[in-house]
Order: sequence, then structure tokens, then C-alpha cells
Amino acid sequence: MSAEDTTERPGAGRRPFFRRRKTCPFTGPNAPVIDYKDVKMLLRFTSERGKIVPSRITAVSNKKQRELARAIKRARFLALMPYILS
Amino acid sequence: MPYYENVFIARQDITSAQVDALADAFSEVITGAGGQIHRREYWGLKSLQYRIKKNRKGHYVLMNIEAPSEAMQEMERLMRLNEDVLRHLTIRTEEIPEGPSVMMQGRDRGERGDRGDRGDRGGRDGDDRPRRESAPVAPVEAVKAVDTPAEDGDKA
Repeated sequence: MSAEDTTERPGAGRRPFFRRRKTCPFTGPNAPVIDYKDVKMLLRFTSERGKIVPSRITAVSNKKQRELARAIKRARFLALMPYILS
Repeated sequence: MPYYENVFIARQDITSAQVDALADAFSEVITGAGGQIHRREYWGLKSLQYRIKKNRKGHYVLMNIEAPSEAMQEMERLMRLNEDVLRHLTIRTEEIPEGPSVMMQGRDRGERGDRGDRGDRGGRDGDDRPRRESAPVAPVEAVKAVDTPAEDGDKA
């Protein structure tokens, strides 16, 4: 895969059946900090039902996904986020 | 001394002045034991995402603390005993944060519309779907990405 140039992120050369290489949204400069208080940010990584979206879909790196899951669970405990949205 | 971050939720029926007094009481435990409160924030009466002890709303207070662990244990013990405290969470942090937390920043933005904030929340319970799809960057991408890995899965 001539991935290196398309790593930049969305848009660029998106051809059908060529999956562009996605990068972790929490890596690199000016990446958002994972914080259990930042509910708006955390909600982007949960499904409509309130479940944590798997990293294979969101492209979050393994390490950050663990951090993210922890943050989401903390936010849930404090009733900042729902355990389940029905 | 280690750094801690503590958030507690107080019952909705008490006044914000009482909440302040409560937080003062907890702060005193810390300072009395030689600790220090680096940051204290009152997030206001926020609606809980689910009911806790029949409460739909709660007063949130955040404290960033530098204190010996004994002081923290004592404070947590008091929080558990206090019936006005619905829930509390203490975590250890690596450093003292600078500036107000995300919560306060969000509050400032939402202040113009206290309504706007509420509208947002209402949308989530009600017509969730349309809002989500047209909303932020990540989910849209996520939705697109769903197709591809799924196909991969079929082949594998």
C-alpha cells in the first residue's frame, strides 16, 4: 500500500476499495487529551446506544483505546455519560 | 505528596450554598492534615444521565488536591458517610492541572444559551439519530469505515 502519503488523513485520494490508512485521533500534535470530564469528546467514541466503539472502527491506537475506555467508564460512573441510551 | 483529583456529586435538594459548605468541610479535612487544595470548581446543578438514589440532578464539585493518602482516605470515608453525597470519585493524577477544566470551559461557551446546553441534551434522548449522523467528524468517518472492515470480515 502506498500508504505513507495518504496517512495525512481524510479527503485526499479516496478511491473505492482502497482503504486509506487512518491514524489515531489521539496521536500527533494538537491531538485532544483524553479526559473523563470532556464528555463531548468522549461521546464521539460511543455508539448511539452508548457503547464504546471498537478501535478498529475509530482507528484509535491500542494504548489510547485503553485510556479512552477508562475515561468513558469514569464518566459513566459520575453520571456524566449514560451506561445505556435507549 | 501525591496529587489527587476528586469529584463528588451532592443531592439535588440542597442549595448551592450548602454544597459550598460541604466542599469547605472536605477541604478542611485535607488542609488540616497538611494537604493543599490546588483547584476547586463548582460545576453547578447538572442533570445526571441516569438516576442515582432517585435523584435526576446533582451538584458537581471538582477538587484537585495534594495531600498525604491518609487525608484522602479520611475525606473519602466522610464522603461515604455523608448522606448528601450521592457519589464520589477520586483518582490519582501525575500533575497539578493548569487552568479551569473542560467542564468550566464548556460552561462558559454554553452560558449564553443555558438553553442551548439543555437543547443539546434533549436532542440526545429524543431524535438522536438524525443529529448524530449529521454531527461531528469522527462518527461520520466511523460509519463509512464500518463497511470496509465488515467486508474484510466476510472474506476472512
